[in-house]
Amino acid sequence: MVDNNRWGNFFAHLVLIVGVAIVVFPVYVAIIASTHPPGTFVRGVMPLLPGPNAWENYRTVITEGRSRAGTPPIGGMMWNSFIMAMSITIGKLSISIISAFAIVYFRFPGRIFFFWIIFLTLMLPVEVRIVPTFQVVADFGMLNSFAGLSIPLIASATATFLFRQFFMTVPEELMEAARVDGAGPMKFFKDILLPLSITNIAALFVIMFIYGWNQYLWPLLITTDPEYYTIVMGIQRMVTGGDSEPLWHLVMATVVLAALPPVLVILFMQRLFVKGLTETEK
Amino acid sequence: MASITMENLGKVYTGNVRAVTDVNIDIADGEMIVLVGPSGCGKSTLLRMVAGLETITEGTLKIGDRVVNHLEPAERDIAMVFQNYALYPHMTVFNNLAYGLKNRGFNKTQIDERVRQAAEMLEIGKFLDRKPRQLSGGQRQRVAMGRALVREPAAFLFDEPLSNLDAKLRVQMRVEIRQLQKRLATTSLYVTHDQLEALTMADRLVVLNGGQIEQVGTPMEVYSRPETTFVAGFIGSPAMNMLPAEYMRNTQQADSLAHIPQGADLIGIRPEDFALDTPGDGDLILTGTLLLLEPAGAESHLHLRFDGLNENMIVRLPHVPSVTEGQSLSFAVRRDSLHPFDRATGKRVS
Repeated sequence: MVDNNRWGNFFAHLVLIVGVAIVVFPVYVAIIASTHPPGTFVRGVMPLLPGPNAWENYRTVITEGRSRAGTPPIGGMMWNSFIMAMSITIGKLSISIISAFAIVYFRFPGRIFFFWIIFLTLMLPVEVRIVPTFQVVADFGMLNSFAGLSIPLIASATATFLFRQFFMTVPEELMEAARVDGAGPMKFFKDILLPLSITNIAALFVIMFIYGWNQYLWPLLITTDPEYYTIVMGIQRMVTGGDSEPLWHLVMATVVLAALPPVLVILFMQRLFVKGLTETEK
Repeated sequence: MASITMENLGKVYTGNVRAVTDVNIDIADGEMIVLVGPSGCGKSTLLRMVAGLETITEGTLKIGDRVVNHLEPAERDIAMVFQNYALYPHMTVFNNLAYGLKNRGFNKTQIDERVRQAAEMLEIGKFLDRKPRQLSGGQRQRVAMGRALVREPAAFLFDEPLSNLDAKLRVQMRVEIRQLQKRLATTSLYVTHDQLEALTMADRLVVLNGGQIEQVGTPMEVYSRPETTFVAGFIGSPAMNMLPAEYMRNTQQADSLAHIPQGADLIGIRPEDFALDTPGDGDLILTGTLLLLEPAGAESHLHLRFDGLNENMIVRLPHVPSVTEGQSLSFAVRRDSLHPFDRATGKRVS
């Protein structure tokens, strides 16, 4: 049990408050910065109170972008990011749940071998295999396409592994009961395993969506056509593009907008897994 | 409705681990057979072989006139009740019952009718819209029964269905399952490790040990004439007392043991076959020191050490006698209540 003394309480809260402040402060600064006119930042002093230009800045970012520096309006980039993140998420989830199903419920030669092969790829993140992957994607002519953006990132050892662990906790009797009830393997998968996995799917969906949304290096490498720019690399283009000083007020407005979809996904999915968590308890 | 025939059934797992050896049982149509034995005796494996959840490596299994060795569980026309119920947690009770029927292509009205009928029989009608987790243990047990019932299968298979229930509920469900089985007259195979369950529920019971059948018979046959020392020790609680025949010969009058065959070197006596009364003609008399008296309401268990023996024996009396621990007591045992065994083979002699 935790001691309920005043100083302990005070100290615990102090740590928590400091922790929250460290995390929240930069976000706060970004939001504040996105509301100031261009001149503010040249002085090198960061204002901590909102400025008057919020409406103006966000309107510019959304409608015009920074055409001189070659960055399109962010609507298109957001859409690209969304398509990429969704393709990666849905692709990852479908592939990994199916492979976990195969590995846990079927006896085929080399089952353990394949499991370990999948598991090994955990050790090879995109950055490690980026050169060969780029070559393959280029050879397939998938540069500057949604396929090129998402397919190489779809295979997921993490999700396969997590689904495998979850399937192994599902009592074997459920599968046997389904067999006695006349359900074949795919029927069992669809009618029983999938509904039981919904909480896991929701949790992984959030993680994978954010993973996909935050992809930076890969889109930077394979897209040269602004039509396929994603929002995260778009920010980079905005900072480095053009000869002039970066337009921090616009960059920050973009950053704030870019952070919105992941937040929305979390808020939306949270209900699902909180519900899932309270319902699975016996 | 069908009979089940097991001919020389055996199960060997990969790695040459033998679980079941040479099992021959004929289950008549409508009969309730209970497989009983300690854990690891192969009773569950045998049941799962009948269900089709384990492959059959030796012998032939027939349900009705069909050889079903290589059929999928669903094609064998059996229904199974699992130890942990194995209800589908995300489905309502109604859908749990209906799932097997849906997969078999029954239409909506048929399903509805059958589910309501089964639910009524099991008194779970008002739970049909609930999920399994909102039910108590006994109610889940009923739903698991219901899932077997609605299918109207050729045979019911029960895999220790009562072992997750508390004692009171277990007795109640035991009675209900038995009544239901009699009413429906469906061939049933029931696995349990509880000898009391086996005795009370079975038409015939099969005692298994080490993957082999020790004895098959009606409960009373098995109880009153155990064929092996294993059965003698397993069926009946407290277990049968085993005394060396030599000890008996040394302490008893010769003619009271005249009916015991020569080969017998172990004599079994059930705890309830001892009496504190004055011995009748030709009765055996055993004298020992009372170590512990356990009153159990309607009966009492006396732990004794008979003079000249190093093992504790148990005596069950249908009342609580007024005796004190440490006291020396004499018991009369009727001579026809002795069970002679051969210690080496473990078999009953005569």
